[in-house]
Amino acid sequence: MQRALPQEFSERINFAAGVIWILRVLVAVIVIWGATSTLAAGFYSPSQWRDLVIFGLAQGGVYALIALGYTMVYGILGFINFAHGEVFMSGMMIGYFVADYLNEVGMWNGNPVLAFLIVLVVSMFTSTSVAVLVERIAYRPLRESPRIVPLITSIGASFFIQYAFRGLFGAGVKSYPRMEALEGAVTVLGVRILKVHVLVIVAVFIMMALLYWFVERTRTGKAIRAVAEDKEIAALMGVDIDRAIVTTFAIGGMMAGAAGLLYALVFSQVFFFSGFLPGIKAFTAAVLGGIGNIVGAMLGGIVLGIVESVGPILILSGLGIPAPHQLKDVVAFTVLVLVLIFRPKGLLGERLAEERD
Amino acid sequence: MAKIAPVPEEAVLEDVRLKAPEVSLEQAAKLGGVAGIVAVFVSANGMVQAFAERDIISGILSMGYALLFLVPLIIAYLAAREPPVLEGFEAPQKGPRNVVAGLIVGAITGLFLVLFVLLASAVNLRRVFINISPQLLDLLTFGQGSGGLVLLAAGSLLMGAAGGLTQLLEAKWRRALWGAVAWTLLIGLLEVIVAQLFRGLGLNVLAPFFYAGTGGLTPVGAAIVFVIAFLYYWAVVPKVNQWQHAYAQMPAERQRSVRLSAVVAAVIVVAVTPQVLGPFVSEVLDLVGIFLLMGLGLNIVVGFAGLLDLGYVAFFAVGAYTTAILTSPASPRWSPEMSFWAALPFVILAAALAGIIVGTPVLRMRGDYLAIVTLGFGEIARLLLLSDWLRPVFGGAQGILKIPNLSIGPIVFRTPVDMFYPIVGFCLLAAYVSWKLKNSRIGRAWMAMREDEQVAEAMGVDIVEIKLKAFIVGAVIASFGGALFAVKIGSVFPHSFSLLVSITVLVLVIVGGLGSIPGVVVGTLALVGLPELLREFQEYRLLAYGVLLILMMLYRPEGLLPTKQWVRELHEEELMQDAWLKMEEDRRRAQAQAQTSQGDLPPAQPEEA
Repeated sequence: MQRALPQEFSERINFAAGVIWILRVLVAVIVIWGATSTLAAGFYSPSQWRDLVIFGLAQGGVYALIALGYTMVYGILGFINFAHGEVFMSGMMIGYFVADYLNEVGMWNGNPVLAFLIVLVVSMFTSTSVAVLVERIAYRPLRESPRIVPLITSIGASFFIQYAFRGLFGAGVKSYPRMEALEGAVTVLGVRILKVHVLVIVAVFIMMALLYWFVERTRTGKAIRAVAEDKEIAALMGVDIDRAIVTTFAIGGMMAGAAGLLYALVFSQVFFFSGFLPGIKAFTAAVLGGIGNIVGAMLGGIVLGIVESVGPILILSGLGIPAPHQLKDVVAFTVLVLVLIFRPKGLLGERLAEERD
Repeated sequence: MAKIAPVPEEAVLEDVRLKAPEVSLEQAAKLGGVAGIVAVFVSANGMVQAFAERDIISGILSMGYALLFLVPLIIAYLAAREPPVLEGFEAPQKGPRNVVAGLIVGAITGLFLVLFVLLASAVNLRRVFINISPQLLDLLTFGQGSGGLVLLAAGSLLMGAAGGLTQLLEAKWRRALWGAVAWTLLIGLLEVIVAQLFRGLGLNVLAPFFYAGTGGLTPVGAAIVFVIAFLYYWAVVPKVNQWQHAYAQMPAERQRSVRLSAVVAAVIVVAVTPQVLGPFVSEVLDLVGIFLLMGLGLNIVVGFAGLLDLGYVAFFAVGAYTTAILTSPASPRWSPEMSFWAALPFVILAAALAGIIVGTPVLRMRGDYLAIVTLGFGEIARLLLLSDWLRPVFGGAQGILKIPNLSIGPIVFRTPVDMFYPIVGFCLLAAYVSWKLKNSRIGRAWMAMREDEQVAEAMGVDIVEIKLKAFIVGAVIASFGGALFAVKIGSVFPHSFSLLVSITVLVLVIVGGLGSIPGVVVGTLALVGLPELLREFQEYRLLAYGVLLILMMLYRPEGLLPTKQWVRELHEEELMQDAWLKMEEDRRRAQAQAQTSQGDLPPAQPEEA
């Protein structure tokens, strides 16, 4: 933001910058102090730390998949699709009914690979449909409105989906059946990892690689990037804007649907409000990596997952705060606030949408 | 317009009246599909069954059926409406086509419902859709088994036809009819209030005449309400304009006396309301008042300044917890046991501080980031209040109990009826402050910032300062709400301060019309008061909020009672088009005039006129 500012104003900015610097130092001191005192006290063994990091990696991978939806929609339309957390939840919820049925007919544990694939397809299909429907009904007519308008609509869509699911499928918490094949742990390169975490990490990397290939190497991907760059010019070049936007929502939905199943395999529970927290955290991940930036979302998700898993114990228990795991979500939200204050462009900077105002 | 011989082009345009498009039957079929989906949805998510418990007209119409059949009725009405007639086009004749459009909607809705019932009775869907119960199917078929399907389809068809038919009526009659239907439904639902009103006014004898006692109006009562409402819309409402006109014509002194008597009447009504309506309704009114207070505060932040705050509940919590800690003897860490009024300055201080804490980091942030960050702050506040870490101060999940009642000198506000007055007092204060701010220098600066931050800055508006001021004013008003909430309930718990409060306040501000003060009042009464009175609504409140947010943004982004600025901002193009059309018209008229008076001038000349 290089603009000539009036004298008085630039002084204020300097004052604000000063405050922010003080904050920065404060945060750094708290983090370092907390971390060193925790490590010095030696409450936790190295293998416990390693488990936390691996758990964070799996969780962060799921956040990354959801974050892709936020980041791509932001890149192309320039607003936060608040309902994306619900897109994620819808796949997870419908996936549950199929998984439950498969469990009843004995396939869930009889042929886990096929069962996993079936539920994956159902979950992805559901999330994709919800994402595309929301775009069609709630966002497309408002594309030319002031930016606050689609944002408010997306908040409405988010609550509508939550409570529609609550009405249709009930308010109770539903537990995914246990998949025996995923119980226990394996040793990879001398490190014991839970099988579920292996599955999640591998699946996340496959999905992300596919997405990266799609956006960077295919014609449709090129069209999406072109629309993100400049809608009008892209239209003049013969790109079908509506199609590119719908494709973006569909891809975001697919990723969220896959994330839904993976999340359900790790945490095994789903109810109508399940989309809210992962949604906000995935958004944090997207901002952390630099919104609009696909690689950034992947990186941001993983970093956030690890910070969230390791951070509360590492920093807060060193400061003598009891029950740090209760503050897990506080840490995630604080990361969001801090990122937006100190580095609003994210770790890797905004890409798909450069200098959007 | 006079006929003009020498200008052929224009004359041709005058003579050939273009026909505006008729009602589209294809569109009607599409809307019928929408109506069908909506009707099946409200059945499958349990609304019809839950609402069926409550009668509107005893023994004749339950709220469940009203909901189900209002869907085809309203959508048929919309489908049978002509598309807007553009300037210079001739409106099409109303006729059977309107009714056919309505019938199509009714038929398709009926078809969807019948298919739904057949499917649900053939396959057990209940494992997935928990609300598709045998009772629901019984309701949908009127307890008649498969014969009821005919009734269901016929009812839907009838509603479609009715919706189409109302389009044939003249505007005056149509408005009266819809108004009467709406009032009958509302009076039927609000038995609690109306019966209480009869009792309070000493007209207890009337109550059994109107209400059946088992919920809902008696048929006779319904007919009376219908007729009165109809006459009101037919005879009184069209006169309102005349009265406004007459008021504007009055000399200033008489205007003042009219205004004064209106204010006196309003004061009397407000003073008497809780006494007449009794404790239960007063309880609801108190809650409405607290939400209204917060709505007025958020209206300043979102409506005036355009800062979308999704963590508004944090300030509400600050107010409530500060009051609780300072006044309650049961405050865990430190209890000075102040009186409410002694604590109030500290509440204001704490809220202002919270406003600055939230406001400073987001000063340079874009609108949508702001929404998420404030949401984050709101959640952080709730989680911290709930945590074991701060339990010694805030009491964790158990909260803080034993907050003393509000009192002024010897008067103690104990009951909900008493609490109504201080709440109204604070609401009036907030409304006055908003109104003053709106028309002040800072109010204009906020609106300038809302329209375009960079332009406002270039015009010399200090963005940093006014953003912080918006946050602080909003925070202080919300903290009043929190303080009143704390003394009204007598205790505070973290779970009272969830995200849903922020969303509720946001919805009522948006539905009422961003920046509009009367809008917030209406929005709060409808969106907080109604669900509080009707427990069946409570379950589906947030579903309705979501739908409302989407529909409002799609069809009426300026809200129900909008301010002029928002209308201008959101409908810029249409207004420009209107202005252009008017200019064209004026030009043409001037041209015609010029030509009739001085026929020898060349036609290019009058364009300057």
